[in-house]
Amino acid sequence: MSLSRAKIRKRQRMYVIGAILLAVGGAAALMLTAFEDSVVFFFSPTEIAEKSPIDPDQRLRIGGLVVEGSVAKQDDGQTIAFAVTDMAETVPVSYRGILPDLFREGQGVVAEGHMSSEGTFIASEVLAKHDENYMPPEVAESLKKSGYWEEIEAKNAEQMRN
Amino acid sequence: MHRFAKPSVFLKFTAPILPWLSVLTAILIAAGLYFSLIGSPVDYQQGHTVRIMYIHVPAAWMGLFCYVGMAICGAMSLIWKHPLADICARATAPVGATFTALCLITGSLWGEPMWGTWWVWDARLTSMLILLFLYLGYMALVNAFDDPERGSKAGSALALVGAVNVPIVKFSVDWWNTLHQPASIVRMDGPAVDPSMQLPLALMILGFTCYYFVLLILRVRLELNERRIRALHLSGMFDETVTPAAAKDKAYEAGHNAEAKQ
Repeated sequence: MSLSRAKIRKRQRMYVIGAILLAVGGAAALMLTAFEDSVVFFFSPTEIAEKSPIDPDQRLRIGGLVVEGSVAKQDDGQTIAFAVTDMAETVPVSYRGILPDLFREGQGVVAEGHMSSEGTFIASEVLAKHDENYMPPEVAESLKKSGYWEEIEAKNAEQMRN
Repeated sequence: MHRFAKPSVFLKFTAPILPWLSVLTAILIAAGLYFSLIGSPVDYQQGHTVRIMYIHVPAAWMGLFCYVGMAICGAMSLIWKHPLADICARATAPVGATFTALCLITGSLWGEPMWGTWWVWDARLTSMLILLFLYLGYMALVNAFDDPERGSKAGSALALVGAVNVPIVKFSVDWWNTLHQPASIVRMDGPAVDPSMQLPLALMILGFTCYYFVLLILRVRLELNERRIRALHLSGMFDETVTPAAAKDKAYEAGHNAEAKQ
């Protein structure tokens, strides 16, 4: 079967466009993998543990779930101490400032600040990170009763680790 | 497929669809707004703030949908030189840009009360902002040349190369950890949104999609008519010196030419 000239040119253009797209896609993939440390928004407690000791001058973000029962106000009445976990490692955090409304025990948070030499994360900003589940309060209540809630929390912790 | 790429066929096919599609859009968005604002429950954590989702998610979907459409039209215009594909891409860009901007604005308004910040440079938010810049870049580029054909060539190339950003937007929340939560709707385990909240979301997504097609048909029509007028001007039909009879003669020719040109 012989193709007309115009058809051959159209086909050539298609191949060229396909090749360019592949090349650009490959380049983007390589670049994003190479700069992964700057693309990620925060490090999990596990990554923090792997990287430690971390230079106290280095600013970074740590993300994880607030450990149940770990939130406590310090004696000065302003500093709040809590621990952030990904169920594998736990890092203590201390923060002076206003917490977001969604800040709760068992909830995801992302804190920005630096590691002190004692291994406590000194946060200058705390943001709440909620999960992808949306439901009415009654559904949440029944999930908590049926014990399915732990499964969701375990999954959230796993996502923090990823 | 190439059969439909003719402006005359486009006009013939879309003329009867347009009124029905407009009515459908109005019904979908009206019903969607009712269920979004009144007929759906509050979220167990976010309360009424969750209602921002019913604008935010459809807007994000349209931002990506329009971009994919624009890139496909760009490829068709580069490969087969269909003028209609080029017109569709040009007509889509401002609509997609508006939806993307709407997504960013509603996201910001949602982020402040929930996360505690208007904006962060995480992978999802940043890639969505890049999507907006790609739209704006496309619109600037196609109009930057005196020769519209060169403009659409450059624009199509930009739209195609920028398409690499689309999967990055979608999967950014899975590939890297972000402040933005992972996907709630299109994900492996099925939607993570309660069924009572899926209804308004589905209505709004469908409504926004239909709205886009209404706008697309109107904008393509507008462009085709503008081209026809330009062709008539060039043919000298509006010159004052011509007699009415001669003008009538020329009008036929001009219309014929405009049709043939496209």
